Amino acid sequence: MKLTLKVWRQAGPQDKGQFETHQLDDISDEMSFLEMLDVLNERLNQQGVEEIAFDHDCREGICGTCSLMINGQPHGPQRGTATCQLHMRKFNDGDTIVIEPWRAKAFPIIRDLVVNRSAFDRIIEAGGYITAPTGSPQDANEILVPKEAADAAMDAAACIGCGACVAACPNGAAQLFTSAKLGHLNLLPQGQPERLKRTEAMVDVMEQYFGSCTNYGECESACPKSISIDFIAQMNRDFASSKLRNRRLQGQR
Amino acid sequence: MSQTTSDRARAARHVEPIKPPKKGKNSVVGFYQTAIGKKYVMAISGIMLLGFVFFHMIGNLKIYLGEDDFNHYAEFLRELLVPIVPRTVVLWLMRGGLVIAFVAHIHSAYTLTVINKKARPVGYQSPRDYQVADYAARTMRYTGIIVGLYLIYHLMQLTWGVGGTEFERGDAYANVVHGLENVPIALVYIVANIALGIHIFHGAWSMFQSLGLNNPRFNSWRKYFAIAFSAIITIGNVSIPIAVMTGIAK
Repeated sequence: MKLTLKVWRQAGPQDKGQFETHQLDDISDEMSFLEMLDVLNERLNQQGVEEIAFDHDCREGICGTCSLMINGQPHGPQRGTATCQLHMRKFNDGDTIVIEPWRAKAFPIIRDLVVNRSAFDRIIEAGGYITAPTGSPQDANEILVPKEAADAAMDAAACIGCGACVAACPNGAAQLFTSAKLGHLNLLPQGQPERLKRTEAMVDVMEQYFGSCTNYGECESACPKSISIDFIAQMNRDFASSKLRNRRLQGQR
Repeated sequence: MSQTTSDRARAARHVEPIKPPKKGKNSVVGFYQTAIGKKYVMAISGIMLLGFVFFHMIGNLKIYLGEDDFNHYAEFLRELLVPIVPRTVVLWLMRGGLVIAFVAHIHSAYTLTVINKKARPVGYQSPRDYQVADYAARTMRYTGIIVGLYLIYHLMQLTWGVGGTEFERGDAYANVVHGLENVPIALVYIVANIALGIHIFHGAWSMFQSLGLNNPRFNSWRKYFAIAFSAIITIGNVSIPIAVMTGIAK
């Protein structure tokens, strides 16, 4: 298939950046989107031109490294998949495809299509874990987990931290990411002791870097794991509980 | 080139926050300093305003019962809880509550918008369209401003009597009819009330989410509630200028 690509090129964070147009006429519809970019980079390499920098790793939709705003949609037009799982058969012969990096204050562009998503790591550091002594594993059924809670926690834990929610949000908010990371711990018995403290700590860090939620639902539609905005509601409630009636502080000064 | 390389290295290491970390305050004030706290204030003040809008519409529909009923209702509002409290005290308390709700609603909306602008200083350079956000959600800021400006005009016209139409204190029915007989003014009322309906359609759904009221048992009803509530308010309110223009109320 023949394609016209308009790709964002930006040499460094301070560079202004602009779209660069490339014509491709030997693309198989069985290629993945990233393989198509590989073909383009191969060609640029042969021409002695600097290759297009883009993030990728596992290429099977579980690592959350690939990004790309494709025709104005994070991870492209296919719902519930990451860019690496998008195939060229989703496009038509003769299409023009516009590729841009994700844009948010918290995701500074390093080069071309690569952004720094380490603000997510700051959120996880603030409380995205449980404090538990490690050692020999305990009996598998020692802590009972209701089936519904386990299922919901698993849905939240599907988050791969790719940042599509931030990219899609008109406010550059990270509510879906943070609430998914909170949800998968806060729904399980092991997450209960630190539930409120964790919620408050992670939300406070989130708000240092990201915008706020206006309940558009764009994040949910962009999420490659189709994580529900129901988790955002749960985060809001836990955060209010923590701020207004933190059990840790009751009866203390 | 080496400049660019070091810039890249810095961008890969460091991310600039949009606001400094907060000291751990667990008071209501500390809560309002967070974006989620502001959303709670937005939702709670919104609920107060929805309650006002609903009862205001119910009261206004008395116009269909005729002049005596409508003016009796207007007078009743001044005499609420008399003789427990003096005349108009309850009315002024409610007005005070509404002013606070409006200020809180507008202040939280403004400060959240400022945060959101900071979170994406450089926008997308290619065209991008909303995938699921509905018209109401996208236009909240504009419909909110329209409703706010309309509210000022509405108060000038029918509460303070300085809106340029015939006004006599105490004769609420005549003031409404004289005010809305003018077709351009009636059209302003219709447009503003449709804007209000669009605004509260998103608000009446969004408030559940902001307050964390989320449960699979009633989640599907939140959208139906928002549709029904905004439809009832819009139809009720828009019917009044139409009734005056068509001579049903005169």
